[in-house]
Amino acid sequence: MIAAFLDSIPAMILLTGVLVGASAALLGSFLVLRGNAMLTDAISHSIVFGIVVVWLMTSQISGPVQVLGAAVTGVLTVVLTELLARSRLVRMDAAIGLVFPALFAAGVILISVHARDVHIDVHSVLLGEIGFVWLHTVPLWGHPVPVAVATLSVVLVVNLGFVLVFWKELKLASFDPGLAAALGFLPGALHYALLGLTSVTAVAAFDAVGAILFIAFVIVPPATAYLLTRRLWLMVVLAVALSVAASLAGYALAVWWNVSIAGMMASMTGVWFALALAFAPRHGLAAQAFRHRAQRLDHDCRVLVAHLFTHENTPAMPEENTLRALVEHLHWSTPRARAAILRAHDRALIERRDGLLVLRPKGRAEAEALHEPHSGPRGPEMA
Amino acid sequence: MTGLTELLASGIVQRVLLGAAILGAISGLLGAFAVLRRQSLLGDALAHAALPGVCLGFLIAGARDLGSILLGAFATGALAALCMMVIVRRTTLKTDAALGIVLSVFFGVGVVLLTHVQAQGGAASAGLGSFLFGQAAAILPGDLWLMGAIGLVSLALVLALWKEMKLVSFDPGFASAQGLPVTAIEALMTVMVALAIVVGLQLVGVVLMVALLIAPAAAARQWTRSLGGMVALSAGIGAASGAGGALVSASTRGLATGPVVVLIASAVVLISVLVAPGRGILWQALAARRARARIGDGRVLAALHGLAAAHDDAGYATERGMLAAALGGSPPAARFAALERRGLIRSVMHPPETTPHWELTEAGHAEAASLSGRPDTADRGAP
Repeated sequence: MIAAFLDSIPAMILLTGVLVGASAALLGSFLVLRGNAMLTDAISHSIVFGIVVVWLMTSQISGPVQVLGAAVTGVLTVVLTELLARSRLVRMDAAIGLVFPALFAAGVILISVHARDVHIDVHSVLLGEIGFVWLHTVPLWGHPVPVAVATLSVVLVVNLGFVLVFWKELKLASFDPGLAAALGFLPGALHYALLGLTSVTAVAAFDAVGAILFIAFVIVPPATAYLLTRRLWLMVVLAVALSVAASLAGYALAVWWNVSIAGMMASMTGVWFALALAFAPRHGLAAQAFRHRAQRLDHDCRVLVAHLFTHENTPAMPEENTLRALVEHLHWSTPRARAAILRAHDRALIERRDGLLVLRPKGRAEAEALHEPHSGPRGPEMA
Repeated sequence: MTGLTELLASGIVQRVLLGAAILGAISGLLGAFAVLRRQSLLGDALAHAALPGVCLGFLIAGARDLGSILLGAFATGALAALCMMVIVRRTTLKTDAALGIVLSVFFGVGVVLLTHVQAQGGAASAGLGSFLFGQAAAILPGDLWLMGAIGLVSLALVLALWKEMKLVSFDPGFASAQGLPVTAIEALMTVMVALAIVVGLQLVGVVLMVALLIAPAAAARQWTRSLGGMVALSAGIGAASGAGGALVSASTRGLATGPVVVLIASAVVLISVLVAPGRGILWQALAARRARARIGDGRVLAALHGLAAAHDDAGYATERGMLAAALGGSPPAARFAALERRGLIRSVMHPPETTPHWELTEAGHAEAASLSGRPDTADRGAP
């Protein structure tokens, strides 16, 4: 049964996508929280340079040397960027935007000059060839397994181990680097370890999804999870789940529409994000709009009871304590006035008597509290 | 050399050079403001977000029509900027996460559309791939007019709104207090960055566009302190990088224009950051060295001056060991030689001692007194 699974091309493509998504989202959760998301952009571009240089020196396209080379290049990119920013000649954002295009351009030129006949061509660098992962296999326990699947499984295990072992340190360094440093947790070392692992994951994911779509897996699912929860463990779990879901849905749609698989997977992470942005229970745009509406209604209720209280038992009462007065004197629209009256009625603040709006005891208490916020239950302040 | 002359005489090469220079100049001109406003990476996000627009423009026009492609790129770029704004303003996600989300998701959708267009086939769709890495040779005669027009429009906008853009770039708070419509001007500047990106796509492609936008500006910033000088220099560097890249790419088979342009611009940045007068790293190191030497010289002079004053003898000969004790360490022999060359000290013998002694000359006394900020007191005895 396992053999049948390993021989199935769609299963292998799906498995690759799921492995990329899970490994990327594990690290991405912390990168997003730490505000280092765009360093992923820099790393995933500049490892192209590392891959080409290692290939020119050892003529190996994959393997441990490549992984090491990529990790070094990734950390080198970050170090160069931080050096440039620390010289204070250019700012951090410009430093990121200067270093990685230079390394990437150098990598692309080296490919064009030296490596025309090798499979690292310029387009697969960017877009990946997840559809062809099953072409390159390596025998494991007597059965050919796609190289990408084998590498990515190792990377996933390493990333998972890193996150589990250093959970406490990562959490502390992400939320309070100052305290982490004071307690001796070496947030700097953790920073480079995290970015080094990101580079390793990038080079492993590189064949499958390419440089830029890797960024989608690192940043978008964790950002989506961040909109859904404020618990770190739940955020990481959700991020991984969302990545896996994006891989599965993306593959299905890509096959159906006959378009790029990796591109469709990345697009699906965007769909999840858009849905979360719109409908997340607490932080979504819809929830924000509802909350805003409820607050406005509450405010209208307070204005309404204050208005009724002011004119209660005055000669103007028959004119003022009506729906018409709210529309004409307070310049509320009729639906707004009706909604406020309904709401106040539901909350037992007012009632209708003889065609007039009359305060009930609860409403009068609220109005008195509004008029003299410092008196009331606590008693008069000036004895 | 004849090869180069022949190359330059060809009409196609002239056209490509001119186009590349115009595109580089526009990017440099508008990139200056992006760099000053710390929006370098927004340029990266918008450049990637232009890819779906390029494909949509192609799908709608049904052919490689530059006008509709640019319009499409501009539309999705603007949509991306809008998404950025919503994410940053309405969620607690950091700016860099928002950039990463917009960049990777739009690019993912772009890849999907690109594969869709290519699956539909047609010879014309082959030209779309050049938008990934840029192909200056693909510039058609008609395109030049469009680029020239866009260049003139952006130049006119920058000149017309010079004062406003300057103020908003450097001190938006003050600009707002002066009653300028800051939000509108900021929006306009973002739109202009999108415009620069859209026209630059042909030259360097979506992936490396950020470098063409910010590298000329970052280099120009090092050489000048005036905005006018920076913008003009930035446009010049952009034009030179564009033309140089186009020339190299046109004369070498299979070399995409974008990486070459970016490497040239990056080299200019590297040189500027190292040697620019006043700001460059080497310049600063040299200035620090000079300052250290000046202070060292001053300490020797002050010590000799003080000893002369203490002994009430302007021609007091100080032994080297004594000077070392006064300074808390022996100064290098080169320092004495330099001071003697400048005519500030004089080497004398003080029999019966055999070790070298030093005394201040008239000029040396004057220099030491001016360094200490007090009138020369050595002649009139101890202070």
